[in-house]
Amino acid sequence: MGKKQKEKKEEASPPEATAVEPSEGPVPEPRQPKTVLYCAVCSFPPEYCEFGSRFTKCKEWLNDAHPDLFSQYYSEDALQSKLGTMTLAAQQKLEKDTAKKEAKADAKADAALKKKMSSQVTIKRIERNKRKHVTTVHGLEAFSIDLKKAAKQFASKFATGASVSKNPQGLDEIVVQGDVAYEIVEMLEEEVGLLKGVPADNIEVIEEKKKKAAAAE
Amino acid sequence: MFKKFQPSSDISGQTQVKSSVSRSIRSAILSQWKIEPETLESVWPKKEGLVHVKCREHISIYTVSGIPLFFQHFDGPFYPTLRFLHKYPYILPAVKVDRGAIRFLLAGAHMMCPGLTSAGGYLPPADQALAAETPVALLAEGKEHAVGVGITKMGSEEMRKINKGVGVETVTYLGDDLWEHEKL
Repeated sequence: MGKKQKEKKEEASPPEATAVEPSEGPVPEPRQPKTVLYCAVCSFPPEYCEFGSRFTKCKEWLNDAHPDLFSQYYSEDALQSKLGTMTLAAQQKLEKDTAKKEAKADAKADAALKKKMSSQVTIKRIERNKRKHVTTVHGLEAFSIDLKKAAKQFASKFATGASVSKNPQGLDEIVVQGDVAYEIVEMLEEEVGLLKGVPADNIEVIEEKKKKAAAAE
Repeated sequence: MFKKFQPSSDISGQTQVKSSVSRSIRSAILSQWKIEPETLESVWPKKEGLVHVKCREHISIYTVSGIPLFFQHFDGPFYPTLRFLHKYPYILPAVKVDRGAIRFLLAGAHMMCPGLTSAGGYLPPADQALAAETPVALLAEGKEHAVGVGITKMGSEEMRKINKGVGVETVTYLGDDLWEHEKL
């Protein structure tokens, strides 16, 4: 991830590659940024992976992606020199801590996933006027979908107004003008554009009659 | 500073910085950091508008096309973000902490003097002594890249003498919430 940002930066800076000391030439050129590799798993520079919470996975990744670096950081020599600066007890404690941290991070990720899988997306059709409806979509944010962008997508897809607003409970939801509940369900199932990762079982469609809608307003 | 930082709740507004203000910020940075105007220009082109992201507790983050570059607390000095510092490590004076301290630093702790003065640590020699309240890059024993950005709480000579208590206050570190958010 960090790498991507990095590449963009490089494009932005002028392409001349030589680093010139600014005091030397008459026209000083910018110094080139250092390229820093970031771990794809924990986003740290790989030398700090050992302090992260997903060390085992980081190691696997580094071994696959950059075997040269892997041997540099985790070769026998490197490990030995590290050991030299630490007592055996401290080393063991550190290992234990790392294992604990990893287990904790795993549990946390599991819990987050579970929560995500159990959260519902509620699509509600609310009657505005005898023949006019609005459709509200609630709960998309749990699937890390940007509500504003999703609203924009709905608006352009249905050629109607769509906005993000707070419902009476104070939670954010998308309000789309017109009765498009089933079209939205279809879009979610087909994972159009931004709408990714919502299991079909978690989608719920409710109809709301005018009386209730009036009370809610 | 960024141990707990959620854009949704902690950012109160984003505004374009006026060109006069951005000019004064540019000159302030050039005077505070060891960075050449051309290098800064390549990262933050004059034409590119600076966006001021206002956060809780008087923290201002400045972004260029969504990427946070540096931030400031109230009227204090400017700190580069860690990603920026990784690219241009020479812009801030460096101090180094020993291996034992890395674990705590990554949990957001401030750096105590003994970690800086011990064998694995590094403080600039007496002729380049750091004054108190200087932004510094926090390096770690045996590592190449900076692990955090901090501000000295006492002069480097004082740290050697007293060798107790907080020497460098950690401002941002590897893995904090500012690090997690590559874009704002």
